[in-house]
Amino acid sequence: MNLSVNGQTIDIDADPQMPLLWALRDLAGIKGPKFGCGIAMCGACTVLIDGEPQRSCTLPVGSVEGQVTTIDGLANGEALHPVQAAWVAEQVPQCGYCQSGQIMSAVALLRDNPNPTDTDIDGAMADNLCRCGSYPQIRAAIKRAAKSQSET
Amino acid sequence: MGKILRRTFLIGTAAIAGGVAFGAYKIRTPYPNPLEDNLAEGESTFNPFLKISSDNDVTVLVPRAEMGQGITTTLTALVAEELNMDVADIKTEFAPASYAYFNSAMLEDGAPVPHFNRSLTAQATRTAMGTVGQVLGLQVTGGSSSTKDAFDKMRLAGCTARETLKLAASNKSGIPIGELTAKDAMIVLPNGTTMSFGELAKDAAQLSPPSDIQLREKSDWRILGKSVARNDMRAKVTGQDIFGMDVDLPDMLYATVKMNPRLGGAMIKFDATEALKIKGVVKVVDMTGPQEELFGGGIGVIATNTWAAFKGAEAVEIEWAKAPYPPNTDAIMDVIVKAAKTGEGDNLRNDGDVDLAFADAPRESIVEAEYRVPFLAHTTMEPMNATAQLANGRLDMWLGTQAQTIVRSDVASEAGVAEEKTFIHSTFLGGGFGRRAEVDVPRYAARLAKHTNGKPVKLVWTREEDTTHDMYRPAAVGRFRARMGDDGIPRAVDMRIACPSIVGSILARTFPSIPAVGPDNSITDGSFNQPYDFADYRVSGIKAPLNIPVGFWRSVGNSYNGFFHEGFMDELAVKSGMDPLEFRRKTMAKHPVALAVLEEVAKMSNWTAANIPGRSKGLAFNLSFGTWVAQVVEIAMVDDEIKIENVWCAADLGTVLDPQIVKTQIQSGIIYGLSSCIGQEITFDDGMVEQTNFDSYDALRINQCPNIEVTLLENAEHMGGAGEPGTPAAIPALANAIFAATGKRLRQMPFSKEVDFVS
Repeated sequence: MNLSVNGQTIDIDADPQMPLLWALRDLAGIKGPKFGCGIAMCGACTVLIDGEPQRSCTLPVGSVEGQVTTIDGLANGEALHPVQAAWVAEQVPQCGYCQSGQIMSAVALLRDNPNPTDTDIDGAMADNLCRCGSYPQIRAAIKRAAKSQSET
Repeated sequence: MGKILRRTFLIGTAAIAGGVAFGAYKIRTPYPNPLEDNLAEGESTFNPFLKISSDNDVTVLVPRAEMGQGITTTLTALVAEELNMDVADIKTEFAPASYAYFNSAMLEDGAPVPHFNRSLTAQATRTAMGTVGQVLGLQVTGGSSSTKDAFDKMRLAGCTARETLKLAASNKSGIPIGELTAKDAMIVLPNGTTMSFGELAKDAAQLSPPSDIQLREKSDWRILGKSVARNDMRAKVTGQDIFGMDVDLPDMLYATVKMNPRLGGAMIKFDATEALKIKGVVKVVDMTGPQEELFGGGIGVIATNTWAAFKGAEAVEIEWAKAPYPPNTDAIMDVIVKAAKTGEGDNLRNDGDVDLAFADAPRESIVEAEYRVPFLAHTTMEPMNATAQLANGRLDMWLGTQAQTIVRSDVASEAGVAEEKTFIHSTFLGGGFGRRAEVDVPRYAARLAKHTNGKPVKLVWTREEDTTHDMYRPAAVGRFRARMGDDGIPRAVDMRIACPSIVGSILARTFPSIPAVGPDNSITDGSFNQPYDFADYRVSGIKAPLNIPVGFWRSVGNSYNGFFHEGFMDELAVKSGMDPLEFRRKTMAKHPVALAVLEEVAKMSNWTAANIPGRSKGLAFNLSFGTWVAQVVEIAMVDDEIKIENVWCAADLGTVLDPQIVKTQIQSGIIYGLSSCIGQEITFDDGMVEQTNFDSYDALRINQCPNIEVTLLENAEHMGGAGEPGTPAAIPALANAIFAATGKRLRQMPFSKEVDFVS
């Protein structure tokens, strides 16, 4: 079957029931989305499908239609996406394992809501778990990214 | 001499730090430099921590696990300070497994003497413990010890390299060494011309360093003591960080295991017929191995992708044997309660005469309480995994581990390969918290590799396997009593704490030849060694006889003793009629470092001011891993539900190497502690853990996360750690705030059993 991931068409031989996460990681070699729980409870596997955040660990690959964007395809070459740049500026990641999911959720939030309040951030990000507790830096980075996007 | 120097790192013989001798480090390291055998063309090595290429690439070898604490940055900063380079200009690699990377600070800190006790006997005990770390060559990341252990070693690595490079430049140019300086990977001559480290490295590595070199004085630090941009950020925001989970090798197979959910129970039989029908499943193997009574029996499924392995494991029909411990939580807790009531303990603290103090105590002067905490899982974000390849007489392992040399020895034994033919390739860790110091998962991966005809195999646990097969933070019970003096200050404090022995459990799994005799100070760590003064003060630790696997969990004994001790101190403050801050000022009066963190946190939290209506504050103190911590938690009541609004923390580590990284580590520890006490518990039924995933074992989410402010002080004489000391005090500070708000005294975790939190 064909998948459109990060602007490229990928041909994989997958059971349609296989979650998108494992098709990406094991069959397509795209390791950015992480496995955390397998039941859409932690958000580490978050990818965008036509811009909407989706938990790839429970989404059958056979049901995927549209453009898949993973953390691997977010930067424009060497130039980081504004959300990634904000993440660096605020030194958000600790262990880093959940951060590709956090960043994808933040990208989706800022697309829909360019100037989110703390409550908006909490609402949009509560499904992304971080066991290192980088939440205060995530809040700051989302606000920084919002500011940088509004200035450009 | 040059040869000896390159092969062994003569710490202490060639260097003094600001005129202070090195003490324990004067012991010559008997271990060879592991980099010698694997240098690329043009590379030279000066010691196990540093190599320089002829192209002028300077590379620091990071021997500790990076699991969130920014260790690749801070350890590089130690070398960079002495090389006079910037962190960003130095490459880093994870070091191979080698005894040369032993951690002595962790064991020194683990000595059964309080941090503030600097008597000759206490110091001798510490040195002896540290030597154990050296002799066993323990390359471990734990006990909040990485920076303490590296502080001298890695500055010396940079310093001795710098001086030998200068010496080589002096030999080449004829200019006296005293007129040369190092800057930006160059030796600069007085006339401004430069010779690169790269062109000097080969000659320099053969030289012994001058005998009169000195480490930079703290007042001259350019990098240390300041916040440095972490060198792992770009990888961690682009998804390009390689965790064990992300390892990818040619012809790699994928696997998962399913071990008896009754921990340590055997497997009676299994039927793989249905599993083998699943597309992608290659093989189902019996995973039962040595030490079955500890690790249990089970099956492994090898497949062409992870999902097929997961599906295959679900499809195998298995008959399990019973658990080697009581089948449910109540029966398990009964064992611990009984130990707390009647078991014989080790008194790691025994000041005055407690029995005498209670013999004639008037009834109204006595305060009694029983506290308890449940088992807890680590739930690192990255589920357990490891990749192994056994081919051509060598074993290669790719994984994130907190214990490289222990794992190497264990998997070598599992695979029947010599340690010299066993290679550990370290990756980033998606969280550790103590869980990745264990050998079970790497051992299973090595076992699976025996079934793949030389192909690499990546073992990945499901979250369910991870949560139900942890080495848990032990459940614990504390029974406390105090006799109040006429002045309101407790005259006598008597604490009895029982739990399964962590050290005993770990030794049995990891070093079965070492008997777990003597006291296990982790049982009372955080109670026996706190800087309070009471005339009669006894803390007893009792090992509860239970075969449930327990292990190191962020802050270890402090994770429950912090709650026990500071919850009980709050009760005593209430009994005395004193403000909790004033109570602690009086009872820790002999320890100015403790008083200073208390005063600082009081200032940060505006402690003495009246509460904002609807809000309440709680205070707690904890000294752990050499770091003195005071915390205030402020809560708000929202429709009878508790919302944690603010946490203020003052922490004294003595010397702070990177303020921003340390603050985020303390913050991380606070959130980890709050996560545990709000709602986490591991319970058992029919011998099996009942919680399986984040739907039944969750942690703090962003919407529940309070504002957190951390202030760092540097009054303490000795350096403390950063990774764990934030955790212990957060828990009692919250409990004490809830008492202040509601009058309800919380004596058991999780608090959600008795109060509701905003979710």
